[in-house]
Amino acid sequence: MPPRAKAKKEEVEESDVSMSDAPVSGQKAVSTDDDESMKDDAAVEDQGGDEFDEDEEEEEEEDDIQRVRILPGSTPTAASFEFLDEGHTLGNALRWIIMKNPDVEFCAYAIPHPAEAKMNIRIQTFEGTAVEALEKGLRDLQDLADVVTEKFKTAKEEFADRMTS
Amino acid sequence: MKPSKEELERRNIVGVGAERVTNVTSTDYPGHFPGEDHAWDLGYFRDNVTIEFHKNEPLEAEFSLIGVDASIANAFRRMMIADVPTFAIETVHMEKNTSVIQDEVLSHRLGLIPFKGGKTGFRKFMKFYKKPEDGEEHSYVDFNTIQLSLNVECTHNKKAAKNETDVTKLYNHAHVYASDIEFNPVGRQEQYFSGDNAIVPVHPDILIAKMRPGQQINCSLLMHKGVGSDHAKFSPVATASYRLMPTIKIKSPILGEDAKKFQKCFPKGVIELQTVTRKESKEEGPFKGKEGEWKAVVVDPMRDTVSRECLRHDEFKDKVELGRKRDHFIYSVESTGQWRSDEIFLEAVALFKEKAKKFEHQVINMAR
Repeated sequence: MPPRAKAKKEEVEESDVSMSDAPVSGQKAVSTDDDESMKDDAAVEDQGGDEFDEDEEEEEEEDDIQRVRILPGSTPTAASFEFLDEGHTLGNALRWIIMKNPDVEFCAYAIPHPAEAKMNIRIQTFEGTAVEALEKGLRDLQDLADVVTEKFKTAKEEFADRMTS
Repeated sequence: MKPSKEELERRNIVGVGAERVTNVTSTDYPGHFPGEDHAWDLGYFRDNVTIEFHKNEPLEAEFSLIGVDASIANAFRRMMIADVPTFAIETVHMEKNTSVIQDEVLSHRLGLIPFKGGKTGFRKFMKFYKKPEDGEEHSYVDFNTIQLSLNVECTHNKKAAKNETDVTKLYNHAHVYASDIEFNPVGRQEQYFSGDNAIVPVHPDILIAKMRPGQQINCSLLMHKGVGSDHAKFSPVATASYRLMPTIKIKSPILGEDAKKFQKCFPKGVIELQTVTRKESKEEGPFKGKEGEWKAVVVDPMRDTVSRECLRHDEFKDKVELGRKRDHFIYSVESTGQWRSDEIFLEAVALFKEKAKKFEHQVINMAR
């Protein structure tokens, strides 16, 4: 990404935050500089880890890079989230499962610009907070994936039996 | 308040007209229909989702995933194409290339060759290679890089018959094939990639280059783990697609010669001609007194390509309704050979879960 575009974006955000009537976000805005320094740390540690058995350890390291944030101007019940390096794969599925939640009044996702690897999700709720709805959505997707895996495996075995008999 | 069976069927079918589609958006959300729930319910989902296999071969699988929304089905399809990791040649050190094919073209061709090998090694032992930052050295180690080499030289075949015109007999190595690529295991790779698990091209007879006597190719190749979103050569599938299950509803009977014509509007096996039975011809209704005549019956709508040919004929226009089932996805997964086609789908679903899990942690982390 050209550095100019980045600088411009930050300016916009800052002016947004300082607006007197803007509702307060529950989250400190993470600057992009912080993100990059975190990436560096992970790279160094990764080279140290020679043992391949410790899969989990490596996954945790990757987790260190924070890839979700609340966008400025959000309130507890009406928030926008920015996901880095995500697209329609997670966006549309997450939007669907969050819309399935009766406590949610509105949910939509967008990819603001095709050249930026960012995906935004907007959630507005009747009950509970937007963060809770997002968390529930992500949990439900995991349950869904489990059920599909389970069903796929049994279907595969049944089909193999049918073919051999 | 429960909707009637007809209403549920109406909601579940995407209409296909001669020049338009209707009823395309799904409506299964809470609050859409007064008095109906539609909230996410894992138990309900488990009872309603079905998977049926139609074909399951190592390089091609076809199955139906029934009872999920398009957003979920599409997520799985996208994961298969762009997020399931495979191995491909990423770096070529060209030591000598006197053949007529240029270095960069040859390198590109090498990159596209699919390889197979020990699956535990590929999945568990091998890790993604991290590109060095500016100023850093490359760190090629046994768990992130697989080394291969291609060393071929074209020479005259002394044993060839005098009047031989076939270049493959006249010369040695006139054609360079994928099978000429050698695998050079390093360190712990011996454990994971030996014997049947050795790393070899999926198709040994891929033609890489052609040479004439005196020409030579020497290069060492570095293979890394990668994902399809980075480069299509890393995609585990040739194609992964789905289509919705077609529906054909004959509203009023199509009989006699019309039935034969109707059958020809569809691919083979979709419509069957049956004779009107004596019983049917005696009952009141459209078949009365038509015993022995042909009638068109839908037997296998899955084979239909939804060409809409029948809607072009005036005699059928009002007698038939075409559509597709909104929640019935017929997947077709063609593997490039590194993974079995059914493994790719499972891997895609597992990675999808992984993604959701990762973000669940991140959201908790963010809210703290």
